[in-house]
Amino acid sequence: MSIIRLLIGTKKGAFILTADGLRQDWSISGPHFAGWEIYHLKGSAVDPNRIYASQSSGWFGQIIQRSDDGGLTWNTPGSSPEELQGPGGFPKGESNKFAYAGAVGTHMWYDGTQHPWEFKRVWHIEPSLTDPDTAYGGVEDAAIFKTTDGGKTWQELPGLRGARGALWQPGAGGMAVHTILLDPKNAGRMYVAISAAGAFRTDDGGLTWKPINRGLKSPYQLPDPDAEVGHCVHRIALHPSRPDVLFMQKHWDVLRTDNAGDQWTEVSGNLPSDFGFPIDVHAHEPETIFVVPIKSDSEHYPPEGKLRVYRSKTGGQEWEPLGKGLPQKDCYVNVLRDAMAVDALEPCGIYFGTTGGQVYGSADGGDSWNAIVRDLPAVLSVEVQTLR
Amino acid sequence: MIRVVLPFHLRTLARVDGEVRLDLAAPVTMGTVLEAVEARYPNLRGTIREHGTLKRRAFLRFFVCQEDWSLEPLGTQLPEAVVNGQEPFMIIGAIAGG
Repeated sequence: MSIIRLLIGTKKGAFILTADGLRQDWSISGPHFAGWEIYHLKGSAVDPNRIYASQSSGWFGQIIQRSDDGGLTWNTPGSSPEELQGPGGFPKGESNKFAYAGAVGTHMWYDGTQHPWEFKRVWHIEPSLTDPDTAYGGVEDAAIFKTTDGGKTWQELPGLRGARGALWQPGAGGMAVHTILLDPKNAGRMYVAISAAGAFRTDDGGLTWKPINRGLKSPYQLPDPDAEVGHCVHRIALHPSRPDVLFMQKHWDVLRTDNAGDQWTEVSGNLPSDFGFPIDVHAHEPETIFVVPIKSDSEHYPPEGKLRVYRSKTGGQEWEPLGKGLPQKDCYVNVLRDAMAVDALEPCGIYFGTTGGQVYGSADGGDSWNAIVRDLPAVLSVEVQTLR
Repeated sequence: MIRVVLPFHLRTLARVDGEVRLDLAAPVTMGTVLEAVEARYPNLRGTIREHGTLKRRAFLRFFVCQEDWSLEPLGTQLPEAVVNGQEPFMIIGAIAGG
């Protein structure tokens, strides 16, 4: 029988939740890295026991952790004695060194002046689809880094910041590459999303990037209706069978593109609010998508105090609320952008975590939900591994 | 023998219990102590001082004989009480945030 493993990043550590394919009885391990912020954990598609984790702290900075046994044990990559010695004998210990390539450069600051890029943390790690030693790191201040040695060292792909980076500006939550999508059908193509710069695409493996924000409207943020960059994209998602079709949850608005981002169309339809953070696609139905509407950017909680996932089976526009098993009164949590994921079983499982520390799961495509765990620290990210 | 007290999170990261003990040749300065700590526990590199600039991270403080030495130059020699292990060299997470 299949095994489902949830990788949960929280404000105070990581947790690993495991169940069999019935997805009813869960075991919980953790906290791993207790007390540290774990922005994201993700396993390799080609070696599921290889899991990368971003561990950070306002006091001690960035740490990269790696497990090669499915999360039982962890090490900072390259931390064995023989791996640590540099050419001159001095230890390397560089798995947490994220140095921008070349001249650091500047981006737009809140007051309209230019401000130097400053590395703060890794928001998202996206392992390669073909090589367990290769992964991409999306960081704040916004840039993308790549490792090809299992996380021992990271090098920036500076072409991303070359895509009009001087015009990017932080949102209230900072300025970070928070989403990285790899095209399973085109090895050179990747997408990233940045708050508050927009969505970007590379077709040459990360060497050059271009903004893909045509059709996004942000009238009170960007007076220019044709602004190429500066949009506050919260999340993008794709189905691996159809990687030219992307879905986006923007600061306001839910959108889709059918041509790899060249043109976007709003599909918010009958949502009670088109503000929100996560968006994801059903594992087996490429036109079925999920969002969690949030009342507004001033009130980061669900409308009417009712926690509801909204599902569209038509790729947007027509949405239905899914609240069975979720709190339908007095609920004022948020669901962050990286905190929703789907498994690969049939029926598809959907999972999300809240800022209140609950992790909810549905084993029937969203029709009904159960709380897997209720009292974790605030959940920052949720990833799923379907192990067979 | 130098005794170094690390904050909880760095002890768990480095997997050390209690104090770190170092034997260093004179002259012993804050800089030589930090270099020795990072050499023995390389995964602490970047957590006490930033990579590249080697600047103290903003929310860490260095205490010597109950005094805050955080703003002292790294080349400042440590007092005899620290060098002979009577007093520890303390790396402390600043009391800020939650």
